[in-house]
Parts: sequence; C-alpha cells; structure tokens
Amino acid sequence: MKTFKSGGVHPAENKLSANVAIQPLQLSKRVFIPISQNLGAPSQPVVKKGDEVKVGQLIAKGEAFISAHVHSSVSGKVFKVDEVIDSSGYRRPAVIIDVKDDEWEESIDKSEELKKEISFSKDEIVKKINEMGIVGLGGATFPSHVKLMVPEGKKAEVLLINGVECEPYLTSDHRLMMEKAEEILIGTKILMKGLGVDKAVIGIENNKPDAIEHLAQLCQNYDGITVQALKVKYPQGGEKQLIKAVTGREVPSGKLPIEVGCVVNNVGTAFAVYEAVQKNKPLFERVVTVTGKNIHNPQNFLVRIGTPVSELIEAVGGLPEDTGKIVSGGPMMGKALISQDVPVVKGTSGILLFNEQESHRAPLKACIRCAKCIQVCPMGLEPVLLAQLSDHQKWDEVEKERVMDCIECGSCHYTCPSGRPLLDYIRLGKFRVGQIIRNRSKN
Amino acid sequence: MGLLTVSGSPHVHQDLSVKKIMYGVVFAMIPAMLVSVYFFGLDALRVILISSAACMFFEWLIQKYIIKGPVTIDDGSALVTGVLLAFNVPSNLPVWIILIGAFVSIGLAKMSFGGLGKNPFNPALVGRVFLLISFPVQMTTWPVPRPLFAQKLVDTVTGPTPLGILKEGIKDKANTVQQLFDEGIKAIVDGQEVFYKLPDYVDELIGFQGGSLGEVSAIALVLGALYMLYRRIITWHIPVSYLLSAFIFAGIFWMIDPTYYVNPLFHLVTGGMMLGVFYMATDMVSSPMSPKGQIIFGVGCGVITMIIRFWGAYPEGVSFAILIMNAFTPIINRSFKPKRFGEVVKNG
Repeated sequence: MKTFKSGGVHPAENKLSANVAIQPLQLSKRVFIPISQNLGAPSQPVVKKGDEVKVGQLIAKGEAFISAHVHSSVSGKVFKVDEVIDSSGYRRPAVIIDVKDDEWEESIDKSEELKKEISFSKDEIVKKINEMGIVGLGGATFPSHVKLMVPEGKKAEVLLINGVECEPYLTSDHRLMMEKAEEILIGTKILMKGLGVDKAVIGIENNKPDAIEHLAQLCQNYDGITVQALKVKYPQGGEKQLIKAVTGREVPSGKLPIEVGCVVNNVGTAFAVYEAVQKNKPLFERVVTVTGKNIHNPQNFLVRIGTPVSELIEAVGGLPEDTGKIVSGGPMMGKALISQDVPVVKGTSGILLFNEQESHRAPLKACIRCAKCIQVCPMGLEPVLLAQLSDHQKWDEVEKERVMDCIECGSCHYTCPSGRPLLDYIRLGKFRVGQIIRNRSKN
Repeated sequence: MGLLTVSGSPHVHQDLSVKKIMYGVVFAMIPAMLVSVYFFGLDALRVILISSAACMFFEWLIQKYIIKGPVTIDDGSALVTGVLLAFNVPSNLPVWIILIGAFVSIGLAKMSFGGLGKNPFNPALVGRVFLLISFPVQMTTWPVPRPLFAQKLVDTVTGPTPLGILKEGIKDKANTVQQLFDEGIKAIVDGQEVFYKLPDYVDELIGFQGGSLGEVSAIALVLGALYMLYRRIITWHIPVSYLLSAFIFAGIFWMIDPTYYVNPLFHLVTGGMMLGVFYMATDMVSSPMSPKGQIIFGVGCGVITMIIRFWGAYPEGVSFAILIMNAFTPIINRSFKPKRFGEVVKNG
C-alpha cells in the first residue's frame, strides 16, 4: 500500500463520529463572520451597520490577487462591524449579523438535484470559484481560484483530491465522501477543467474502506478520476506528503506543488466547488466535526460560517464538566481556543474537547538525544537541532537548517519521550527567519 | 469547569517516556542476567545488584547534595548504567572495585557533564575502561563458567576468555587457529598443567565461555535486542553496520590467511561484541542521531574493534572502539544530516 517514505507517526485514530450522518446545525441568533478567513491579503467589508443581508450576499471583498470574498451565512440585519477573537487568539475585524429567518439570495439553486453537466469554460470556472469565495477547506484556507491559475512556464499534469483526513478524531471529510460522493466527483471534474488536466487521483487512507469503495465505484462514471488507497500514516494529508505518496514526486524545498505538475485540493473544497459552480452557492457553510472522548454523541454538523463554537458544543449536550481544552481542528495541528465565543470559519474542520487530564503537557525532561524526532520528521529535518538553535537565537543557522521547510505537523513533539515542546521553539524560529527573509527581499 | 488550557499544537502525545525507554532496556537485559546467573552463580547476581544500587546511590547523592537539584533516579537511566557496568566486569570482582566503577560511571562520566543526555561517552563503558586500566589483574581474572546444578566440569576456577586464548595462542604464530580449537594453550595452575581450548560455536552462542558476566551469551543478548528493536528503543542502523563491518573486516583477513586468523563469525559471538553492539553502541545519548550518521558510527566501531583485537595490546576492543566513536559523535552529527525532503528532485 502506498504512503510517503520518510517520517510520520500513527497517533490513536479516535474517529468517534465516523458513522454519524451530517446534520444541519440549528441557526444561531447572531453570527460573527470574520472578514478575512483565508491566507493572503485581508478582505474589505462592503456592508455597514444596519444593512439588511440575505444568505449568500457578499459582505467582504477580497481585492488582492491572493484573497477571497466572504459572504453572509445568514439573513438578517448587520448589528455592527466590529472585532471578534478568532482561533488564533487575536482580535480580527468581523461582520456581526442578527439572524432573521433564512432568506437566501435568489440566484442560489437550493434544490437537491444533482447537476452533472459542466457548461462553463475554463476561465468562467476560475471566475466563478473566485466570486463564490472558495478557499481550501483542508485547513490552510488558500484561495482556490489562485491554485487554478497555473503560473507561466509551469504545467499542471495531475489534480490530487485530498481525502486523507489524517488528523485523529476528525470525520467531516469522511462523512462528506460517504454522503456527497457524486458532488465531490463533479467538483473534481470542474477543478480538472479549470486546471486543464485530464487526470485526477483521490487519495484516501485505508482506515476509511467504506469511502474508498464508495468513491472507487462511482468514479468509474467519471473519466480520468481514480481513487488511491493509502496506508494510514500522519501527516499524509500534508500536501507534499500526499503528492509523494500518490505520485512518488517530491516537491522541492521552498517550492509549490505545481513545480512537480501537481495541484492538491481537499474533498471538502471539491464539494464547495461543485456547489459554487453548479448551484451558484457561495461558501457560507461547512461540515464541522464536534467530538471528544467525554461527549456522549459526537456529531458532524453542517454549520453556517460565523456560528459561535458554544452553539456547536451546546448541540452535543453542552460543555462537559471537566473540560480542560477546546481545540479548533484536529489534535495534531489544531489550535486551542481561549473561549467558546470564537466563531466557526471556513477553515474550521472540527471542534475537539479534551478533559482536564488530556489537556496538560507531560512534565518536561532532559533531552536524551534519542533522535525519535528526527526519525518521525516527514520533512527530513532535525527538530531537536532546530529547537536548540532557536532557543539560542541563532537565526542564521536556523535558516540554514531549513526551518522554513517545517510544515508544523507536530510529529516531533508528539513523539518526544521527554515531552519537549520542540514545535513551540521551531515556530519561533520560523517566525523570526520569516521576518529576516522578508526584510532581506525589501532591501 | 476551570480555565481552558491554551497551548500550541500538538495536543496529543505518544505514550512514551524516558522512564519507559530505560526500563525497556533493563527488561531487554533480563535474559542475559539469567544466563549470567546460570553460568556464574549467585556471584553474578551479587555484582549486578551492587553495581545497580551503587549507581543509583551515587546519582542520588550527587543530585541531592552536590547539584542540589531535582533527583531523577526513578527515570531508570542510572539503573541501566548499573546493570551495564555489571555486565562488563567479571563476576568475581571485589565489592570495592565495583563501587569505584559505579562512582566513575555516574560521577565522572555522567553527572560531571550535566547528567542525563549531556554525557558524551557511555557512562558504563567509561567505568569499565577506568577499572580495566586501574585494576588490570582483577578485571581480567575470569571465573570459568559452571552451569548451575551441573557437576564440576573443570578443575580450575578461573581461566582466560576465548579472545584471550586466541591472542595468546597465535602470538608469534606459535599455534594455528585450528590447534587452539583442538588442543588449546598450555598453562600451569597450582603446579598442574591445564589446557585452555577455544570453545565451539554452540557454547559461544549460549554463553558457555569465559568473560564479563553479561557478555557471554550471544543468544540471550540478541533476544533482548530483538525486544528493543520491536519496541523501537533501538534502530537497526548501528547494530547492523557494526556487525557487518566487523564481519567483513575480519573476513578479509580470514580469507587471506585462515591459518592464523579465525573465522569472522567467531569474533561476532565472543568477547563483548554482542553486548557492545546492541546495548552500548546504541546508547541514545552518545551515538549519532541521523540514520546515515549511525551507519558511519557503526562502521567505525566495527573496524576499530577488529583493529584492536588483531593488533592491539588488549585481546578485546569493543569498549575502546565505542568510546573512540563516541568522541566522533558530535562531528558525525554535524556532517551527516538526514535526507531533507525535497532536496533531491526526483520525478517518477
């Protein structure tokens, strides 16, 4: 069975909600929609206090090349344009809307009918995806239309659809593949057309045999799309690891996947692309797994963007007494939230609750140079060295040891028998080296 | 509910700790301990217990009263050093020498460098080599193995190790290797003539040979090593490269001159080879970290071991070889980096 070669770990999977069908979450009374939810330049709000908005109406515009539009996820009245604390813990500008009814823009096709025929040209597809504010839903939230614009001199050969979902606990992609498989395949076809490639591979780890079988069967009706089962190994959902696992190609250090003729999109993104292009529906809702060992009924909710996390937790029976940590995303790369008021954004794949005991780090011990962090690093780096150099603020050497290659998968800290927070140090190193590189290019 | 914990990812951790690794190593050494008691009796147990207790005691003493820092003897690292030191000495070693060895291992080789993780050399080996140089007589007076419950098989209580017989026997080409297997070397013990023969391979594998108490049984040591490999406490890189390079190096000379050079397999199952290869060269703290570096390290150990065994003053070279390569570990770490992802563009 295929997988990427070097490094990787296998944390306990804990896919508690794998068999729970996607349920729409009840509408919130008030939503908090951050106006910049994607990588790249911030978007600008185009509504003001008191404005009436409909579901799907544009509320913030992404003007820059790498930016994305944001649409209202509800209908109602703009309460104010203010700031909210997001998953990073920083205050970010957001449009706060008081919800009234559920009135959608007329242009959106609300029917369940499957629309297979793709009537748009390559350029129209890119334009449509841009207009509908589609970003990568795997977590990095890179604007999707930008990925379709292949730079001069490069050639896309194969589209990879990421159905790996290598993060423990999360099941939103799994459920989507089970319940919206046809839509994902049509979305994939649209992306293939937008890219101008005739080959697409959907990579799925073999802890989801039902999804592999289901999609493999359906994709027989879709020319050029195949399913590739992959051996379970974290972080296979990382773009570079997935490309390596499926195609054997290695994206050069500091380069994008297009360098080796690949473009990667998440299954959730493929589904969003289907809805955007075929149904005219902007990206204003997504599937979010709400899970944790002390939740009785972990769920996969279809959630409107801007819904406070507290409402998702309420919907699974409220916050358990001994909750010690709330994580947005998976346990390996997710962010610990500072409160339940943080809103769901385009990149929120799950809400994970840990009890008090699971929330704490193990006591810090001396490094015994066991080299396990080196063994598990999927990028072939030396986390122990990077951490040490960062600690000593030797930024030149940190850069030379390729800190910028780090994908922050956390395998090093995960495996460290001495409980050393290697990734904390490496993040610091990346941050400083990033600054240095930017300053250098300015001069 | 109290306050929420906010910390950087990852939020889950592998069920692994220094303690688990160290006690895993101790567990892996149990077969060799049992064999040592089988062949050397309660004397072996005595040395193991004294050495372990002494190492833990010295660590406690130094941490509590000299460093005045946290006491970490429960992490098992001092215990590992204690058992390894015991494995590296003869079973009849006097208590006071064991105590000196334990003090040198823990005090000099480990704590003076800053404790666990900071020592450049394997502590147990430093202790052993210190004793070997300071007390050469006691350290090379080897009790003859006597299987428990068995009849008295030999007349003498001490005798040379196979490597000692080899070194002595082929000196100045006095005997051929074959003669050493068939007739052995002559020695006078208590006015009587005795002959020490090289043991056959079966005896060497199960441990029926003279030597340090923990090194004699290749089978028991390999058994424990397999457990450590399974638990991923060690990786294959150092043991395989060490054994293979020693085998090839010895093999070349054996092929050139089989009369005076013994079959390379002999070298793998005698002396401290198996103990050194699996339990001391693989010491995490003092060996290189990248797979490539570990292979270089293993090859260095293998070659130096054989050079010392062939041409050195000592019949045995494992301890010196590993300590010499320990000294090269920092430079190996700097020179042999793991293969970076995306460094070589491979398309296919």
